[in-house]
Amino acid sequence: MAEITLRVNGNERKVSVTPQTPLLWVLRDTLELSGTKFGCGAGLCGACTVHVDGAAVRSCSTLVSQVTGKSITTIEGLSTKGLNPLQQAWIAEEVPQCGYCQSGQIMAAAALLAKNPHPSDEEITQAMSGNICRCGTYDRIRRAIHRASNAGGAR
Amino acid sequence: MNPVSRREFIGAGVAAGAGLVIGFYLPHRSSVGGGDFFVPNAYLKITPDNKVTVVVARSEMGQGVRTALPMILAEELEADWKQISIEQAGASTLYGDQSTGGSASVRSTWDPMRKAGAAAREMLISAAALKWGVGRASCKAENGTVVHLGSNRRLTYGQLVGSAATLPIPTDPPLKQAKDYKIVGIRVARIDTPSKANGTAEYGIDFRLPDMKYAVLARCPVIGGKVASFEDRESKQVPGVSYVGKIGDSAVAIVADSTWSAIEGRRALSVTWDEGPNKDLSSAVIMESLKQSASKKGATLYSVGDVSKVVGRRIQAAYELPFMAHAPMEPGNSTAYYQGSKCEIWSPTQVPQDVRDSAAQAIGLDPDQVKVNVTLLGGGFGRRLEHDYGVEAALVSKAISGPVKVLWTREDDMRNSTYRPASYHQMSAVLDAQGWPIAFSHRIVMPSINIQKGFPAEGGVDAEVKEEASFVYSFPNISVEYVMTETPIPLGWMRSVNALQVAFASESFLDELAVAGAKDPLELRLHLLSKNEDIQGWHTARMPAVLRLAAVKAGWGKPLPPGHYHGIAGFACFNSYMAEVVEISMQNDRPRVHRVIGAIDCGQVINPNILEQQIQGGVIYALTNALRAKITFDKGRVVQGNFDDYEPVRMSEAPVVEAYFIPSTEVPTGAGEPPVPPLAPALCNAIFAATKKRVRALPVLG
Repeated sequence: MAEITLRVNGNERKVSVTPQTPLLWVLRDTLELSGTKFGCGAGLCGACTVHVDGAAVRSCSTLVSQVTGKSITTIEGLSTKGLNPLQQAWIAEEVPQCGYCQSGQIMAAAALLAKNPHPSDEEITQAMSGNICRCGTYDRIRRAIHRASNAGGAR
Repeated sequence: MNPVSRREFIGAGVAAGAGLVIGFYLPHRSSVGGGDFFVPNAYLKITPDNKVTVVVARSEMGQGVRTALPMILAEELEADWKQISIEQAGASTLYGDQSTGGSASVRSTWDPMRKAGAAAREMLISAAALKWGVGRASCKAENGTVVHLGSNRRLTYGQLVGSAATLPIPTDPPLKQAKDYKIVGIRVARIDTPSKANGTAEYGIDFRLPDMKYAVLARCPVIGGKVASFEDRESKQVPGVSYVGKIGDSAVAIVADSTWSAIEGRRALSVTWDEGPNKDLSSAVIMESLKQSASKKGATLYSVGDVSKVVGRRIQAAYELPFMAHAPMEPGNSTAYYQGSKCEIWSPTQVPQDVRDSAAQAIGLDPDQVKVNVTLLGGGFGRRLEHDYGVEAALVSKAISGPVKVLWTREDDMRNSTYRPASYHQMSAVLDAQGWPIAFSHRIVMPSINIQKGFPAEGGVDAEVKEEASFVYSFPNISVEYVMTETPIPLGWMRSVNALQVAFASESFLDELAVAGAKDPLELRLHLLSKNEDIQGWHTARMPAVLRLAAVKAGWGKPLPPGHYHGIAGFACFNSYMAEVVEISMQNDRPRVHRVIGAIDCGQVINPNILEQQIQGGVIYALTNALRAKITFDKGRVVQGNFDDYEPVRMSEAPVVEAYFIPSTEVPTGAGEPPVPPLAPALCNAIFAATKKRVRALPVLG
């Protein structure tokens, strides 16, 4: 066990966990931020996607010791005031079905738009193909990203 | 589908001071026709604060029941949609069958939801008329209020519920006509969407109790194997691990203060397994035994004329499909709190009552001492028709005498699931001199899900196979047979169940017949559907309509971009009619699916947005099944483990899916599963169009 200080959604959080614990389980079990989901535990599905210093990472395959001192953003912290344009686009396009993968999808899309405010279809496909959706919402995810892009991106 | 009789309907309740409460009955497919007494299993509640709550015993797994079901009720109630909310019912001894499956949620609730809404509306109108001392006929319900047409006075439902609750409940309230619908048939926004866009939606895996522990189980990797012994010294040294113990005969639980500690504790555990009778089992041996069984005559599912006496040009082919896994995104989990004389469970389940009864039996309580709460489900697809996670959670909670969440990892789910049965299909047909088929035989060889699970056979076979081996085409000679086999592989109902296997074989073979007889595949199907008749409850006239709609929208028969090819297939199941056209090109000998056009006739559409989601989702789910989904067994073990070797379709492979429906005021029928079966044959028919090579075994990518 080690005392580790994390910066999550703008707040300093102290946790006592083994340094090899994946960030995912620290977020979910220790910090009770359950919007970030467990899907595969192997970086294959993207359900656990969060931002570390603005980049989309798979929290199931990122050790908590690797992110000390870095800025971590989860779905709960994506927007500080209400919903951001990306989340509004998700609602407008009625993207979710079961919804389980959607936190990860939105975090992946937000990281894409932050880097590339007006992605092409091909760029969307490249950025989003690491995220699996068993309900098959891909068409609508693409449309929502375009909509958010037109509305001013993820900010 | 069955209309609900009066005695099944309306059981009334006056909840003093709590507003108007009406209980009604939602039949499930399996319970229709059973029981002579009224047991309400859903409630409509209108409270003085003007809120309308519909308590429903159906699980939300993405198919939109939390929105679609209250829409049906709100329409008849003349409610303001903003007043409506839904409350999830847990397992109850009061309710009928609460299972969510068989694409049955809308079709089984259509009548009772409408009648409950209409009854409440009539009572509210009466209450207003009495209050104002005017005739009922001068009052009208609209938008959550009753208005007096003469004076334009208006009272909200909330203001009326107190007096409405004292009135008799009408047993046969008038129902609205489809042309007057204001909510049904509209793209009403789903109630659950905002919570799924901001991370607050709570699934089973997210539920937590104070001081709750976390557990994973080490299960025997060989099907049917048991724990011989285990060594837990190293496991217990993992920080956070508090308990290691045997659960049942075939698993060891590792309990810790976090999920990760439990997973690490399992890694450190050493178990010696008694691998049991299946340790040499392999997929190849299973498929070989299915092939051998194909020489046997099966039980007749459907027969016309005599296929054995037809003379002409004979065409034969055999098709095979592998075992498949549901793999919903939310891995298995349940939370349980055993407290001696009672146990409470929170589970993402499609079968809360089965979880209750099975858990009760496992931990030695009566069912009424076990409470099961239903959370949101992160996908279901039939996987959560099993009670396994809930029972495990109850057992582990009993073992540690405290609250615990049992979690399955992805590998646990892939390797300890129930699977869509593998199957083998012997097809045979005879063409006449003009190339039209005049005899069609389909021998289905497949283990039965229902018989393995202990449900009784009907006429010697699994009745669900008969239902899903539906046949809508007219031939002068038809034989559909089922050779029911057995397997030790645990079987489960997976989205569209047996219809997927049947449709792949029969709709691919029809394409072979079209090619052999030099007919256009669409033309052949329309020819076989040209008689307007009922075949085993299917109306042949509804099938050509969806085939034509899909064909027109796809541009069937018109020039495509160079290198692009079409394939078509249709299938009727879950009381609905579905056709799909798939457009592909071949890239490095692999199909690239560009566009899928789906057309459905599922009767009255409740919410076009949700229906479109079901078609888009069903097509993508079916595309994974067709391209790659294959569970294999070696030495009694599942070979695949995660999304690398059982890889669902990703955005990079996902086609554009266009969804169309036949406008209809017929009774609503299934929507969640019908989009699945036509996809694989339509895809493989397109591959034939492109390559002249027939795919007779799934998955396409081997």
